[in-house]
Amino acid sequence: MTEFLTAIFVTPFIDIASGPIFFGEVVLGGLMTGVMYSMVALGFVLIFKASGVFNFAQGAMVLFAALTLVGLMERGVPLWLSLILATGVMILLAFAIERTVLRPLVNQDPFTLLMATIGLTFFLEGVGELVWGSNVKRLDIGIPEDSFEVAGMLVNQFELIAALVAAVLVAVLAVLSQKTTIGRALRAVADDHQAATAVGIPLKTIWVTVWSVAGIVALVAGIMWGAKSGVQFSLSLIALKALPVLILGGLTSIPGAIVGGLIIGVGEKVGEVYWGPAIGGAIENWFAYVLAMVFLLFRPHGLFGEEIIERV
Amino acid sequence: MLYRETGQFKTSYRRDQAIFPIAQDRWSIGIIIGIAYLVIPVIANEYWLQAILIPFLIFALAALGLNLLTGYAGQLSLGTGGFMAVGAYAAYKMTTAFPDVPILLVLLLSGVFAAAVGVIFGLPSLRIKGLYLAVATLAAQFFLIWLFNRVAWFYNYNPSGTITAPPRTFLGIMITGPEATATVRYLVALSFLIFFALVAKNLVRSEIGRTWMAIRDMDVAAEIIGIRPLTTKLSAFATSSFYCGVAGALLLFLYLGSVETLAFDITVSFEVLFMVIIGGMGSIMGSIIGAAFITFMPIFLTNAPHLIGVDIPVDLAKELEAIIFGGLIIVFLIVEPHGLARLWQIGKEKLRRWPFPY
Amino acid sequence: MRRLTSVISVILAVIALIAFAATPVLAQNEQFIPLLVYRTGPYAPNGIPTANGYVDYLRLLNARDGGLNDVKLAWEECETKYNTKIGVECYEKLKGNASLVNPYSTGITYQLIPKAPVDQVPIHSMGYGRTAAADGRIFKWAFNFPTTYWSQASAFVKYVGEQEGGMENLKGKKLALIYHNSPYGKEPIPTLTILAEKFGYDLKLLAVDHPGQEQKATWLQVRRYRPDWLFMWGWGVMNQVAIKEAAGIKFPMDHFIGVWWSGSESDVVPAGASAKGYKAGNFHGVGAGFPVHKDIVKHVYKGDEAAAKANNFGEVLYNRGIMNAVYDTEAIRTAMAKYGKKQMSGEQVRWGLENLDLTESRLNELGLEKFAQPIKVTCEDHEGNGPVFIQQWDGEKWGKISDWISPMRDVVRPQIEKAAAAFAQENNITPRDCASEN
Repeated sequence: MTEFLTAIFVTPFIDIASGPIFFGEVVLGGLMTGVMYSMVALGFVLIFKASGVFNFAQGAMVLFAALTLVGLMERGVPLWLSLILATGVMILLAFAIERTVLRPLVNQDPFTLLMATIGLTFFLEGVGELVWGSNVKRLDIGIPEDSFEVAGMLVNQFELIAALVAAVLVAVLAVLSQKTTIGRALRAVADDHQAATAVGIPLKTIWVTVWSVAGIVALVAGIMWGAKSGVQFSLSLIALKALPVLILGGLTSIPGAIVGGLIIGVGEKVGEVYWGPAIGGAIENWFAYVLAMVFLLFRPHGLFGEEIIERV
Repeated sequence: MLYRETGQFKTSYRRDQAIFPIAQDRWSIGIIIGIAYLVIPVIANEYWLQAILIPFLIFALAALGLNLLTGYAGQLSLGTGGFMAVGAYAAYKMTTAFPDVPILLVLLLSGVFAAAVGVIFGLPSLRIKGLYLAVATLAAQFFLIWLFNRVAWFYNYNPSGTITAPPRTFLGIMITGPEATATVRYLVALSFLIFFALVAKNLVRSEIGRTWMAIRDMDVAAEIIGIRPLTTKLSAFATSSFYCGVAGALLLFLYLGSVETLAFDITVSFEVLFMVIIGGMGSIMGSIIGAAFITFMPIFLTNAPHLIGVDIPVDLAKELEAIIFGGLIIVFLIVEPHGLARLWQIGKEKLRRWPFPY
Repeated sequence: MRRLTSVISVILAVIALIAFAATPVLAQNEQFIPLLVYRTGPYAPNGIPTANGYVDYLRLLNARDGGLNDVKLAWEECETKYNTKIGVECYEKLKGNASLVNPYSTGITYQLIPKAPVDQVPIHSMGYGRTAAADGRIFKWAFNFPTTYWSQASAFVKYVGEQEGGMENLKGKKLALIYHNSPYGKEPIPTLTILAEKFGYDLKLLAVDHPGQEQKATWLQVRRYRPDWLFMWGWGVMNQVAIKEAAGIKFPMDHFIGVWWSGSESDVVPAGASAKGYKAGNFHGVGAGFPVHKDIVKHVYKGDEAAAKANNFGEVLYNRGIMNAVYDTEAIRTAMAKYGKKQMSGEQVRWGLENLDLTESRLNELGLEKFAQPIKVTCEDHEGNGPVFIQQWDGEKWGKISDWISPMRDVVRPQIEKAAAAFAQENNITPRDCASEN
């Protein structure tokens, strides 16, 4: 028993102190992974912010976008054209979803909409597999994947580039949301659908815009994850990894997605490397959720989430 | 004309408060249960019993549990798979440690363990609400699965990490194990479902049920009028986990026979949630209808081309099944956003007025 | 909308009713083999070539030889998506006339082992499933020849020892095992631990959570531990990500050996050129140059090589499918030699599996020269103690780079018997007396 307690409370800290460079590497790795998670979480946040729908199908959208891109590239379409076409497909998908799923279900309660996105997940996964096939596809868009050493820590070029891409994405989305008219309209719709309609903001256009942007974000996330593991069915399971990020950061906050991602990423890795061996390893899955839950106990709406004020 | 209640006068409060006040309702339920007990075991072949009906009954029980928590008490939970696992492993440990205890008692007691675990993981619900709570329950799901994988004591140090239901009899009839016939297992599962559905129906009509619904509708107001959120929410978690635990134990003993933790992973939690939402939240009948939809539809869609003589390659069939299944869910939701139970209710109302349109 | 829904519901109900009491019917004088496949879902990249190989060999027998001793082979695929529940449903649907069943999933195998004696359908879980089934005295109806995970783990250690210049040189070396956090992944751990004590190497166990899409923490630990040799028991996307991560931390790929389910073309695809040097275990021939392949192109694809290639012809898992089909059909043939050249029942096929004696000359006759090692299955030994070899990815294709390595039977067999005895005790099974049966 004392062995177990020492392993939990003493050894990890000694470990960290005695190998600071390695600890730095773990933290760096965690930050990189966290950034990858936030890319997926961003899609969720966008849609939840603007339409109040928890888009269960975001994972499937990541897979579908990546499959479309790779499928086109495999058929010989050059990269730049494939990117444009894949973006186009995601925009078309947004139109289709708005028309067939969102419009008939307008104003229904959130569970119904959640279930509808679940139906959408099955649908997208089926279509993706049907059209593009189920083998593992290599996604190579020319991002260099070399690792090099920086102050004794191994840094992967690919991950650096992914972090950069994510940063750019967040910056663009933040600017879009704060400075442009459409961003203002988005925030208005997120606040109150009816009031927004009363002011003349066309709900349908906003929804199509949001779902398209989420689709493009899904494409980017799909490219990053697909380049790491090959484009295949398991890509849609990434959404499960992004959920704790979402919860930690707050369901309605874009910077929250990034901050949440970083915290979860670092927490996961540090937990697994230093505390994992003491309790048997492979604790990453539940550790992320427990971490998110601990934060939630102090801030029940996530770090940056909107506080819901209930009136009786 | 068929469904009118004219001429049926209630002469006591007891009659008035019956679960099925209209005589036609009582008759139909009686006939359905009668068919389920007497006719189906005779005419259904083993494939139907083993692969379709038994899982349907077991998942209906789990959906019932989740509906009590999510539909009646408003606490969204994605930990169903984990609680089912608790029930299964608890039953396994009990029956291997005490082989002489009657198996039905073991199955019931496994629910108690699951309820205890449910209470522990329900504690965050006092602070966290809504979708955020769902993610907290996911922590329960992943942690429990990890625990059962990691701690070898749970699977009796078996090198394979899988638990197998040992053969057990009740009143001389083999109920679990490979010798148990599908018919016997089906009847046991059916009895469990009917019994627990009755209990659930009574629970939701009683004071506990009303406190659950009050918390669901407006928990701040409920607290003001004197309902204790702590005990109410925890009782909802406990009851729901009890049901899920028993369902998990039944999954091991009556259906699969052998499970590893993969049988209780996150996909099961989502499946049961789908059943609850599609069936109708806040409805006992809804849980059962939802379970029927989610269990039968994929099997039906996979086998349909074969039945009507069209032969398509299996992978195409599976992909089409996913597409049609997803499409059907969306269609059903558009038609009736409150789930299939609401459709059932509307059907009954229309039947009352038939043949008049209004 | 409502109308449409009600019409659809009625049609569905009618079709459902028709199907309710039906049982599948089969023609006489046909040998039926159900095929549980997974051509969709997360494991499809592994399931598709395996299924194709199996089916192509059956087609070859029908086309070239007219079946098995003039009994045509019939089969039906059922898609399981590698899901245990769907697997059970497929099994129940197809067990009626089944000669034998290949569950192709450890989870499904465990389900079916208790059912096999009741349903009289023998199980052949080739190189996977329940390792303890190698003890045929307790597991009468389950066969896992030609070899098991425990044997393979011991063979890996032997190979590493050879590479280090002798088993004594293993002392003090560092071995790490990256495994999928499931019963499948944990299989080699007891064997590797025992061998660690025996040979004095240091063993580190690193679990990767399902599905293994994200393994940074594991590979950071590998980087810190700096093992001399790395074994992997992975599955699905875990393989691809692991190989990529290994390349990312500049781990010497030729010291990275994967189990036979982590060594196929789809596993090395995402890593591309950086996967070069990665090794894996195998127990059947590599590549498409064997006589049986020529026969398949000639009789099944009518000379169309491109169509064959589109069906994963010659890939590692395709050959595995062929191997599986060869074992199964030869077992049925063995049964026919005893019981007559007609449709064989499950019980008879079980006898055939248990008395399978595949000699080198017979293998050559089948066009499998050097494809597989000869094997003899007995009542006690359902594993056959088949040897394993190491293959290596050279950037373009897999190639055999070692000789056949025999597993350490003296270490593995006692463990198998212990595990089987525990199962027997828990389930009240009396071990058979093999000497008294013929």
